[in-house]
Amino acid sequence: MALTVLMLMRVRNLFAVIVLFGIYSFLMATVLVALDAVDVAMTEAAVGAGVSTVLLLGALHLCKSREAKPAHRPWLPLAVALSTGLVLVYGAMGLPDFADPLSPIHAHVVPRYLQNEVQVPNVVTAVLASFRGYDTLGETTVVFTAGAGIIALLRRRKKVENDRKDRV
Amino acid sequence: MKNDLVLRVVGKLLIPFILLFALYVQFHGDFGPGGGFQAGVILAAAMVFYALIFGVDTARRVMPDWLVETMLAAGVLIYAGVGLAGLLLGGNYLDYFVLDADPVHGQHRGIFWVEVGVATTVSGVMLKIFYLFASRGDADAGDGDGRRED
Repeated sequence: MALTVLMLMRVRNLFAVIVLFGIYSFLMATVLVALDAVDVAMTEAAVGAGVSTVLLLGALHLCKSREAKPAHRPWLPLAVALSTGLVLVYGAMGLPDFADPLSPIHAHVVPRYLQNEVQVPNVVTAVLASFRGYDTLGETTVVFTAGAGIIALLRRRKKVENDRKDRV
Repeated sequence: MKNDLVLRVVGKLLIPFILLFALYVQFHGDFGPGGGFQAGVILAAAMVFYALIFGVDTARRVMPDWLVETMLAAGVLIYAGVGLAGLLLGGNYLDYFVLDADPVHGQHRGIFWVEVGVATTVSGVMLKIFYLFASRGDADAGDGDGRRED
């Protein structure tokens, strides 16, 4: 994965960048499988590696296939990214150990979720669709809004183009 | 890619199974990994695959724009409708226990419809984005923009 990221930074050909993004997503999906988060891994593989790769390729079709040389030296963004990363790592050191049953997140509502009063064998589905139904409704609305926004943006552009064609 | 025999044959072989897998992920989501979101994406991926091999215009004939746009909104409406059904049957919003005489069965019913809503919206949005990008490319290339006026 680290190798993929390093190559992503170096490569200037956008087609290669998109393929590397796909590879990165697949690797991320395997990491998630290793962490026993199969549902998320599935989403990552389908969205990250599948659909978004195609969408990026579609976008690439509309623009040049080589990245422009950056106008500024990368030191300031690099410093910001590195320091943010360091702060995050420092913060992560304060988190409870991975899979510690006594950590606060497992002591609060999780026992009730795991009692599984809705009797759906896949707890992830139970939590997403039933216990956290409002959240998922919000997420669906976000997806819908994204779609509506894209329709609004790309369609209007097309209409303007058509008008221009009509005038000419 | 329209004239590549290998791709056409492999695509025709694979797409039914991709669709079947999407349905499996959708309806088996209660028991195994998966659910509405994943199923919707897989469904959209199958259609994108079809469009890549056989051309966007052919794909538009299978899933026309009006259908995709209806799916976009219908999913959210199905989801919100489940919530309203809970209200009408005397519970809270998005309360599935009241959807059936047996509370557990009511939960299953509620989750089922909610997942259907999620899958519908997600696949609609993914397909719509893909169509819009693809048709923009066509318009730039100059061969007609296949978009229907509606």
